[in-house]
Amino acid sequence: MSAAEEVVTEGQAVEAVPKRAMTLGYGTSLVVLVALIITPLLVKNFIIFQMTMLLIYGLAVLALNILTGGSGQFSLGQSAFYAVGAYTSAILMEHANMNYALTLPIAGIICFGFGYLFGKPALRLSGVYLALATFALATAMPQLLKLGFFEHWTGGVQGLVVTKPDAPFGLPMSQDMWLYYFTLVITIGIYLASVNLLRSRSGRAFMAIRDNEIAASAMGVDVALYKTLAFGVSAGITGVAGGLGAIAVQFVAPDGYTITLAISLFLGMVVGGVGWLPGSIVGSAFIIFVPNIAEGISKGLSGAVFGVLLFLVIFLVPHGARQVAIVATQLFGKLKKN
Amino acid sequence: MLSTLRIAAAAAAVTAFAATSTTAFAQKKYDTGATDTEIKVGNIMPYSGPASAYGVIGKTEEAYFKMINDQGGINGRKVNFVSYDDAYSPPKAVEQVRKLVESDEVLFVFNPLGTPSNTAIQKYLNAKKIPQLFVATGATKWNDPKNFPWTMGWQPSYQSEAQIYAKWLMKEKPDAKVAVLYQNDDFGKDYLKGTKDGLGAKAASTIIMEESYEVSEPSIDGHIVKIKAANPDVLLIYATPKFAAQTIKKTAELGWKPLQILTNVSISVGSVMRPAGFENAQGVLSAAYAKDSSDPQWANDPGMKKWNEFVDKYMPGADKTDTSIVYGYGAAQTLAKVLQMSGDDLTRANVMKQAASLKDFAPDTVLPGVKLNTSATDFAPLAQLQMQRFKGEKWELFGDIISGDVASE
Amino acid sequence: MELFVNQVLAGVATGAIYACMALAVVMIYQAIDHLNFAQGEMAMFSTFISWQLMQWGVPYWGSFVLTVGFSFVAGIAIERLLFKPLAKAPILTNVAGFIALYAIINSVAGLIWDFTIKQYPTPFGSSPFLGSQLISTHQAGMIGLTILMLVLLFFFFRFTRVGLAMRAAASLPESARLVGINTSWMIALGWGMAAAIGSVAGMMIAPVVFLEPNMMLGVLIYGFAAAVLGGLTSPFGAVVGGFLVGVFENLVGTYIPGVGNELKLPIALALIITVLVVKPAGLFGRPIIKRV
Repeated sequence: MSAAEEVVTEGQAVEAVPKRAMTLGYGTSLVVLVALIITPLLVKNFIIFQMTMLLIYGLAVLALNILTGGSGQFSLGQSAFYAVGAYTSAILMEHANMNYALTLPIAGIICFGFGYLFGKPALRLSGVYLALATFALATAMPQLLKLGFFEHWTGGVQGLVVTKPDAPFGLPMSQDMWLYYFTLVITIGIYLASVNLLRSRSGRAFMAIRDNEIAASAMGVDVALYKTLAFGVSAGITGVAGGLGAIAVQFVAPDGYTITLAISLFLGMVVGGVGWLPGSIVGSAFIIFVPNIAEGISKGLSGAVFGVLLFLVIFLVPHGARQVAIVATQLFGKLKKN
Repeated sequence: MLSTLRIAAAAAAVTAFAATSTTAFAQKKYDTGATDTEIKVGNIMPYSGPASAYGVIGKTEEAYFKMINDQGGINGRKVNFVSYDDAYSPPKAVEQVRKLVESDEVLFVFNPLGTPSNTAIQKYLNAKKIPQLFVATGATKWNDPKNFPWTMGWQPSYQSEAQIYAKWLMKEKPDAKVAVLYQNDDFGKDYLKGTKDGLGAKAASTIIMEESYEVSEPSIDGHIVKIKAANPDVLLIYATPKFAAQTIKKTAELGWKPLQILTNVSISVGSVMRPAGFENAQGVLSAAYAKDSSDPQWANDPGMKKWNEFVDKYMPGADKTDTSIVYGYGAAQTLAKVLQMSGDDLTRANVMKQAASLKDFAPDTVLPGVKLNTSATDFAPLAQLQMQRFKGEKWELFGDIISGDVASE
Repeated sequence: MELFVNQVLAGVATGAIYACMALAVVMIYQAIDHLNFAQGEMAMFSTFISWQLMQWGVPYWGSFVLTVGFSFVAGIAIERLLFKPLAKAPILTNVAGFIALYAIINSVAGLIWDFTIKQYPTPFGSSPFLGSQLISTHQAGMIGLTILMLVLLFFFFRFTRVGLAMRAAASLPESARLVGINTSWMIALGWGMAAAIGSVAGMMIAPVVFLEPNMMLGVLIYGFAAAVLGGLTSPFGAVVGGFLVGVFENLVGTYIPGVGNELKLPIALALIITVLVVKPAGLFGRPIIKRV
């Protein structure tokens, strides 16, 4: 074996996305925001519920995007953090009678700690090895939740039923609508915080690690600290999403948080565009609505139709919704010139 | 607490209705989802995902209602069966059921599959007073008319079946040393609990080993080796078909011959006993409530003849050894009966009331002597089973038909 | 002690399943430098093909050879049709493509052959092997066949022109192109070989776990774990990894009191991760040296 063969030039797992390209312009943001605020007033409760789930999965995809798109670490274990968040909220609400809104920051903090601790050993791993480690976490989580030892709190295999909150202060809106706006406020808050995080010193450190770990450490970035921090932040946000998910679905059970969820979130990130935060909501829409479309086309072959649709998307836009946005901006620019 | 009050009120409404509605057949009454020409029935099934094997149940029911519609429908109304995929995921189940109720506006939800999915939608449907009729899971908790007056089971509960085995063991083999192999989920745990309850005070001394496995394991040989080392003389197999077949085969390969008792879920001759090897399966015990489609003894049975004709005409190419087709047919036939009994009063309350007034109804696919019975306090339609022993290439029924109602806690 | 020996033997028998799959995983990793999530489903589909051939009356070995040939061609076709167009796309997009392929194959197999389990024959019989009831002749045959494939692969990669060219194309594509190797076709060839090896794995595994569309789901998780443990660059390591995981898992399930049985997969995975933290390239893998 020659010496040359032993040197593997590691291909960059994630492309470099300049940080300006990570967000939307003010005009577009405003349009999206107005749409998100007004739509629920015009549609059925069921659609509001779907939109709530859209925001919740959007948050979870965003969290993965910070980890992968931001710091270049790959995770197939997001379902585990989502589950911990969901169970934290559910247990606090049902066993400790805590207010639902208060359980969310606790879920976030617990998941942050969990993710941070998991990030420690994961530091030594990269690429496929990290994928396997996070994958292991995702497969282990449902089994941990089922464990007889925790059964008193988790409800074991039967899960826990969660009470849905009413609108406060006697506001004249349905539970669904209240929960939607509640989720929307949290989502916007977290989105803005994430954008700011990626624009801050820490965000630049994340991206330096993503683009070239060795160069980053040579420039004085504490690689270990920022990598684990990225895991913690990502897990924390996923935990909040999980908590919201538990409240919206009114039920937590081990079967809801299998590897399938982690894979869905991953697909959401790819379809939305790795590293492009607004794409998270597009990705979330993909994982919620495309299975419904596939099923509408053929029940027996819904999996195959889903696969074909997914192939179509990645063939047409390998870089996800981000690519669409870029093309749209260029077209818009040309139109303006003319 | 508001929701509990609501449910209590609903329960009161149902009982009040039951007392006064003898003239219900006289005039036409409809809730959302029913008209002069159509009854809209909602359903969720795992057509994709880990439990996709059960998707056949939904396809069978769809085909069954197509047959009913071809024959002119029920009381002149066509059944519009709307079925969605929940991928066996509770959050998706909630989304799809809400779509059925709020967007498709179905009259009720029929035979949704899976304990987790049903638990996730139970509170919602009961709060909205929409029947969650004949759920496709054997958990005991569905028979709880007091707290959940809009939810009703269909098949015999896992716990009552396990109790039957326990009682049989106490009578026939009082000194047995029992090992339990169970799937680590709600299904397996229910069986384990039923067995322990059935054995009562003797449970601790009789059960010498409880071994669980995960569905994600490719092969469960290691568990069988471990159980054999403890040397029990009875092995209770509370496993889904693939793992049940592996267990029967592996036990034989090890040259080990304990008395094996197999859950009703995995008794298909075609898709469990044959793959496991008939020679390995001799003497296995189980209990049944339905006829086995691949068992030659029902070849000339009028009910199964009708079933065969149905599959040939409406599900050409389907795998007839699949017990899910027998299951779906039986459940759909029960619903057809309830809708027929509801007459022109297609309100949700009346459908629920009629579902709770089944008297000795026997679908084509249940064993001779097994009857469906329900009442305002009994929401477990099927509660009877008969013990059977595997001999040659078929099951031989023995003993009386045993009723095993277990009240929900 | 007897229980210990029995569990080790049973672990070796199950480990043979993982080893077989791990070999296919390593093969594809050699060719494309990442893991293919659809690999298990491809193997499952191949196994169904061979089952169908046997239903039509083709004898076992005849359908075996036909299936391996079919899988080889199908593997190449999948690469040419679906993944060559994605060659320039980001890696994560490719991974999404694997997931799509997984969904398609699983769903199509379910529609054609249903989800009920099917008996699959073994050419080796299932009587006890060398007097031990714990390892059947089938499992012994499976281990033998795995080792045979391993040896063939070793010679292929070491001593044949194509094998050397494939290795060159995978590790240093730029330089390989300069010396006239058609790297694009090398990747296709890798897909074909991985699919062929996977089909053998599927046909060996099916008699033990029964044939059904979801049969490879669990196997693939263990196959990945085994390949990663042994080192993704080493076919030999993958096979050893397979046996280690099988034995590991059984011993954890038997000897760790309380939670051992319920958590044997998580504990086994945690142990693997611990090994990886100490030896990041796996037990037998080439250490990765990064060039800045």
